[in-house]
Amino acid sequence: MSEGKTDYIPGQYPDLPPPITEVGVVGWLRQNLFSNWWNTGLTFLGLYLVYLIFVPLIQWAIIDADWVGDSREACTSGGACWVFIRVRLDQFLYGFYPVGEQWRVNMTGLLLAATIAWLTVPKIPGKRYAGLFALVIFPVIAYLLLSGGSFGLEPVETTLWGGLMLTLILALVGIVAAFPLGILLALGRRSKMPIVRALSVAFIELWRGVPLITVLFMSSVMLPLFLPEGVNFDKLLRALIGIVLFQSAYIAEVVRSGLQAIPKGQYEAADALGLSYWKKMGLIILPQALKLVIPGIVNTFNELFKDTTLVMIIGLLDLLAIIKAALEDPNWLGYSIEGYTFAGLVFWLFCFGMSRYSMAIERKLHTGHKR
Amino acid sequence: MKIKHLLAGGSLLALSTLPVAHAGATLDAVKAKGFVQCGVSTGLPGFSATNDKGQWTGLDVDVCRAVAAAVFGDASKVKYTPLTAKERFTALQSGEIDMLSRNTTWTLTRDTNLGLNFAGVNYYDGQGFMVHKSLGVKSATELDGAAVCIQAGTTTELNLADYFRSKGMKYTPITYDTSDETVKGFEAGRCDVLTSDQSQLYALRIKLKDPNSAVVLPEIISKEPLGPVVRNGDDDWLKVVRWALFAMINAEEMGVTSKNVDEVRKTTKDPGKQRLLGLSGIKGQGLQIRDDWAYQIIKQVGNYAEAFERNVGQGSPLKIARGINALWKDGGIQYAPPIR
Amino acid sequence: MSDASSEKAPAAASFWRDPEKRAWLFQVLVVAVVLALFGYIFQNTLHNLEKRGISTGFAFLNNEAGFGVLMSLIPYDETYTFGRTFLVGLLNTLLVSAIGIVFATLFGFIIGVARLSSNWIISRLAALYIEIFRNLPLLLQILFWYFAILPLLPHPRQSIELGEAVFLNKRGMYLPAPITESGFGWVLAALGVAIVASVFIARWARHRQDTTGQTFPVFWTSLGLIVFLPWLAFGITGFPLSWEYPELRGFNFRGGITVIPELFALALALSIYTAAYIAEIVRSGIQSVSHGQTEAAYALGLKPGQTLRLVIIPQAMRVIIPQLTSQYLNLTKNSSLAPAIGYPDLVALFAGTTLNQTGQAVEIIGITMGVYLTISLSISAFMNWYNKRMALVER
Repeated sequence: MSEGKTDYIPGQYPDLPPPITEVGVVGWLRQNLFSNWWNTGLTFLGLYLVYLIFVPLIQWAIIDADWVGDSREACTSGGACWVFIRVRLDQFLYGFYPVGEQWRVNMTGLLLAATIAWLTVPKIPGKRYAGLFALVIFPVIAYLLLSGGSFGLEPVETTLWGGLMLTLILALVGIVAAFPLGILLALGRRSKMPIVRALSVAFIELWRGVPLITVLFMSSVMLPLFLPEGVNFDKLLRALIGIVLFQSAYIAEVVRSGLQAIPKGQYEAADALGLSYWKKMGLIILPQALKLVIPGIVNTFNELFKDTTLVMIIGLLDLLAIIKAALEDPNWLGYSIEGYTFAGLVFWLFCFGMSRYSMAIERKLHTGHKR
Repeated sequence: MKIKHLLAGGSLLALSTLPVAHAGATLDAVKAKGFVQCGVSTGLPGFSATNDKGQWTGLDVDVCRAVAAAVFGDASKVKYTPLTAKERFTALQSGEIDMLSRNTTWTLTRDTNLGLNFAGVNYYDGQGFMVHKSLGVKSATELDGAAVCIQAGTTTELNLADYFRSKGMKYTPITYDTSDETVKGFEAGRCDVLTSDQSQLYALRIKLKDPNSAVVLPEIISKEPLGPVVRNGDDDWLKVVRWALFAMINAEEMGVTSKNVDEVRKTTKDPGKQRLLGLSGIKGQGLQIRDDWAYQIIKQVGNYAEAFERNVGQGSPLKIARGINALWKDGGIQYAPPIR
Repeated sequence: MSDASSEKAPAAASFWRDPEKRAWLFQVLVVAVVLALFGYIFQNTLHNLEKRGISTGFAFLNNEAGFGVLMSLIPYDETYTFGRTFLVGLLNTLLVSAIGIVFATLFGFIIGVARLSSNWIISRLAALYIEIFRNLPLLLQILFWYFAILPLLPHPRQSIELGEAVFLNKRGMYLPAPITESGFGWVLAALGVAIVASVFIARWARHRQDTTGQTFPVFWTSLGLIVFLPWLAFGITGFPLSWEYPELRGFNFRGGITVIPELFALALALSIYTAAYIAEIVRSGIQSVSHGQTEAAYALGLKPGQTLRLVIIPQAMRVIIPQLTSQYLNLTKNSSLAPAIGYPDLVALFAGTTLNQTGQAVEIIGITMGVYLTISLSISAFMNWYNKRMALVER
């Protein structure tokens, strides 16, 4: 009490709220944006960048854009001319697939979406069958539906396939067909048999070492020379063979990383149980390894999806190629920015979705056994 | 093992593996399968391009249709394979396509070294230059030091080099993969000059935002006879393709068009027209196809003048004049052997 | 086998039961199948080539090319051979890859660090950058950069000038070219001496630090040496260097060094695309170093800069470098998209124009694939060596 010192009694003063500069919006701003002069400068620089990029973009793509109409006369406002995309949308999605038959593509697309949902949404049961369905049954159904020629369906030439549909086919067949081959190669690379190992390594390194563009050249220009006279493949199939060979090498490496992550004890335990090689792999090792590599597979698929744009070089009309072809139409000259923006947006949505999914899986797998 | 495995998987997918007949039997094979597999470009306005509905149209496409009309009496019995410049010969050699009609220049090397036969010439072209009007260039001889946009994979690159070398001039080539990029490069001002076949220059010019900002120079620096191609050693088929083209040219010469052909067929006393329309003479016997083959071509595809005007001439956005592609009697060099 | 005969198992059955023998049999079978397959392909190819009258062999490499090339690092004109064209293309591929790698690394590290920034906007912008550029096809990006930048540049006659020496227009950036005169060799020699001396100083400094604990400013000493010695030699020999300035003649500039816009756009697209991946690698690398390391370093009294340089980065690099290499490999392979915008790389010149002129697909595609394969394998070999070295340093 003496010398001006007062003892503090708890509860003597009411609790003060925290300073306004430390909590709430202001606190968040101070902490994250204006903590010091350097940070403040960066913040303003960032804001300026946002202003510089997004304001004209939104102005062009939305505010000033033309949305309705059916010819270029409708595009008068100086912004983006989305009419072009609307008019050509059918072609961008289905290529030259006959209009009356496009329901088949839609059906396949729906089935694909359902299959993917089955595979990816955790709540839907029967994952084991989902994998089998996606890898074996779905491709058969999809082929029968798209190509036709049986069950009273009119055959549709692969030269008529194009647009987003073809992009998806190339990427999906590329990944599905490359999957078993990739697993075999990965097992081969970790095999104890020296010749099998050497061949697998050679195969994997060969395809991983060359650009896809040369692989596509090879399959389109050289493959016909490799086959006996008179035997010939459909152009799409040729491209697919190239893509599958190329892709299998990448999948092999992803799968191998999964195999390596399985503790040695698992192998030894399987051996101790007297399981044969294929039983050991098929029942013990692969189920664990493949679960681990799902994010890697999705990332590989993401890469492949973007790389399918290269088939343009061998004259297949994938999404980007068909948009470029549409830009050649004398009635729609000068709308290349709209075309490319649309292509970019579609590719981006798919790839972004996939990368998010793979990240989510990764996070899920990491819980529990994070080293 | 792996590849074999894959091939097995591939045939499981069974994306139509086409069995293709051996040389000498293309005509039989085509008759058996019921359509002509025709290689065209991936998109070249006026020659082969797809419209909004995805149908192929163009002068080169009309040759394919004429062949189908001659063989089957139905010009729609054609399946098209779009090919890049790189693939086109391999596709023909390997039997993937029955004929190639893709603005292909007839040269000695191609005729001899690649195992191909040129069936005729459906368009006489020549390489020319297009320049920005603002440069004020009037002749190709003023182009010393110019930057030249050019499309890869054709004879144009060699012609260009030869031309500048022979004139003792220097140039910078900017070689793009597709015509679309070539035009964009030219429009963006990356180069002073765009070089291509003259027919192409007109087609490319209408792609510019302001077609009037560019002029095509008068010089032609090369001969580019463009025509349909078939495989070597298959004479029967070669003759069908060749005479399908000749029939179109002969029809123009005789004044038979798709519009008047039915009437001419009923009323004509002209032995030449009678032979053309399969009413007398050798008819389709020598070619081993239907007797009214030429009638079907004219009826369904039209004569050469009709095809020309519709695709590249006044009836099209290209508006190319007939020039040397006029008939021989009109001052051009289109000339077909007689049907008799 | 004498022991085995005393066992119960009969010798005849043991052949299939013995995994080792079975493995050999299987391998012999695999080899036979692979050889048969190759033989089959080889036979077919020979037959097809002969039947179709396509010439074979590598003699075409000595034929005159007859076409011009936009950019060449070595002397080239139409009269050179296809073999020379190959070399020109290869060098151009290596050039654009090297430039791309440098800038991708630079951008990638900046964006990766920005992604971890405590500034919310900066971190979000970096994330935005990564998500946008990683998820768009590279081909689209190359086309975009090329055709977006080109119209912005002025025509040659209205070039942007920089002191009469540097010009920028649609045809590229024109820089003065150095011309060396006699005596310039001394400057190079001085540079060599400086570099060798720096290496020795660095070794000595490390040794001294190991034994005495005293540090030595190696970086600044080396920098001083490398800058100072050549300049000294340059001055003594009387500045034996002159410049060739570009000048406008006719349509375009002549003389000097030209950086063509195709090179610029391709290198930019490759850098921006790959940087998005590198940024993620850098981020995960830095995050993989546990926070305890930083705390321990602070506890030892290291300054934040030192902590980053001596503790965090060396450990992060061990995670970063293997992934970084595979990105470098991807970038090199992706440079094969060059033909889309007319950059004369290996694929454009050799697998493009040369293939079209000669029609010898098998040889040309074979050589092209061989080149990329060699580049890839050499980088991987280097990487394996480097990884081993890193692993040794670890303990």
